[in-house]
Amino acid sequence: MDRPLNWAVLSVVLPLFGAVAAFLARARAGQRIGLLISLAVVLCSCGLALQLLEYGADRYGIGGWSAPLGIGLVADGLSAVMLFMTAVVGALTGLHATRYFAPRLSHDSAQAASQAHRRRYFWPLWLFMWAALNALYLSADLFNLYVTLELLGLSAVPLVALAGGPSLAAAMRYLLVSMLGSLAWLFGVALLYSAHGVLDLDRLSGILAPGPAVWAAIALMTGGMLLKTAVFPLHFWLPPAHASAPAPVSALLSAVVVKATFYLVVRLWAQVFPAALSFAAGQLLGYLGAAAILWGSVQALRQDRIKLLLAYSTVAQLGYLFLVFSLAMAPEAAADAWRAAVLFAVAHAFGKAALFLASGNLLLALGHDRIDGLHGVSARLPITMFAFGLAGVNLMGLPPSGSFIAKWWMLIAALRGGRWELVLVLVLGSLLAAAYVLRVLGPALMGPARGPRIAVPALMEWTALALALLSVLAGITVSTSLRLLEVGNPFSPAPGVPQ
Amino acid sequence: MSLSTLYAMTGVALFSLGFHALLVQRHLLRKVLALNVLGSATFLLLVGMARRGGDTPDPVPHAMVLTGIVVAVSATALALSLARRLKAAQGLVRLPEDMPE
Repeated sequence: MDRPLNWAVLSVVLPLFGAVAAFLARARAGQRIGLLISLAVVLCSCGLALQLLEYGADRYGIGGWSAPLGIGLVADGLSAVMLFMTAVVGALTGLHATRYFAPRLSHDSAQAASQAHRRRYFWPLWLFMWAALNALYLSADLFNLYVTLELLGLSAVPLVALAGGPSLAAAMRYLLVSMLGSLAWLFGVALLYSAHGVLDLDRLSGILAPGPAVWAAIALMTGGMLLKTAVFPLHFWLPPAHASAPAPVSALLSAVVVKATFYLVVRLWAQVFPAALSFAAGQLLGYLGAAAILWGSVQALRQDRIKLLLAYSTVAQLGYLFLVFSLAMAPEAAADAWRAAVLFAVAHAFGKAALFLASGNLLLALGHDRIDGLHGVSARLPITMFAFGLAGVNLMGLPPSGSFIAKWWMLIAALRGGRWELVLVLVLGSLLAAAYVLRVLGPALMGPARGPRIAVPALMEWTALALALLSVLAGITVSTSLRLLEVGNPFSPAPGVPQ
Repeated sequence: MSLSTLYAMTGVALFSLGFHALLVQRHLLRKVLALNVLGSATFLLLVGMARRGGDTPDPVPHAMVLTGIVVAVSATALALSLARRLKAAQGLVRLPEDMPE
């Protein structure tokens, strides 16, 4: 198979070099570099998707060294979907950030200085994070995954801290949690390596034998990733971190970063660990997910600030992703359940990014994000509130949004398996989501507009709307995404990737 | 008990110790130290189990430990600089929930 260009390698290398260049450049040039790299990575992810559809899954040994000696990259349908999701959310959020971090008229010189500081460091950090994300989706061995996990944490934490003030404590907590998660993963990797002597995912899935060391490794690695994905009851760090970060950073963290660790759990549970997994383990994750949906939604209803409401909504929506593990333990339903989870993750990524960008617009326009101060704001910011509403439709799981289709598949799988308790949670979760979305939309749509007319740059409104539209479109274009997702058969324990 | 089992058991014990300290210690410097103990425990396990066949050493875990040390140093540096900024902002090197009343 001769491929004209290696899109997978480019999608890691470009943001990495871009990050260094943006770090060395001045703020203005850094932003230009960032936008240019964003465009290039979007093209790479499209190129990779088209190439995979044409040629099938791909394996690449960096520097011509293949596993077990070298570092291997594998691009299959699942990696391509995650890469594409990240590229779209990242590029649109980056456009939003050019205005969000723009210098503002301010009489306070300290405020102007901290805005300049954010503007200066957003791009290098975000491009580093992007490189780490793409490398994570493409890595084919357990130790590289550890390195990408740490890179991801080390770039995400300073992004949170960019907001200053209360975000410093949230960033510190996030760093401690993130490192604990990564070290638990590495300890698991050490146990697996001492038991089997391989790190490569494909090889490992072929020889994995159940035993105490392997079970301990699975528990540690999954536990570490659950902590980093903020699955109930390990979600305590997420709301402060996601709510206190600058709005574009919140969008990236809630939409993409938590999905990266979720992707790892899916990759391992669907492809590597099945030989050593028990039915009960999947049920445990499923019930944690169900508890997350209920707890997160109820907490979202009780918040009085929009960004905290959205952060708790993320806790709830992540619950759906883990509810699927309970359904996926039935072999005949597994592939469908994983598909539903991935579609849900993508639709939520677009939708939640739109919501956080919209909350950033409200924050800029009103100077606060209190829900009780929203009266009549939709008359002032119609596009932003329309984006909020559309993305809200996706959160509620109404047709034709992406999460409607995903929830529909989950419902069918739960009904077929006779899992009535999960059906109940799925329905309740949607109702609660409707309640907390309407808590924001209600006051925003009603009442006369108060206060002075407020100006928000058009670009900030339109990027939010574009992401909201995409979350709805994800449901309509589902057949194309499924065709891509099937490449390389990521949801079968014996993968069809060429060695 | 073979030497490598001893190393492995020590690694597990250190990991538990570090985890415990991370949860109960309130001073951020101690939390960062706890994370470093967790890291060293993992490295000890990796190197202790690094053998291929009989007594031939396996180079792969050593390479992993070297990379791991680099990562641990960077993460510690980031944690320390964040802790300093927290100290400057609030006067104490603690998370808000661990503040004395």
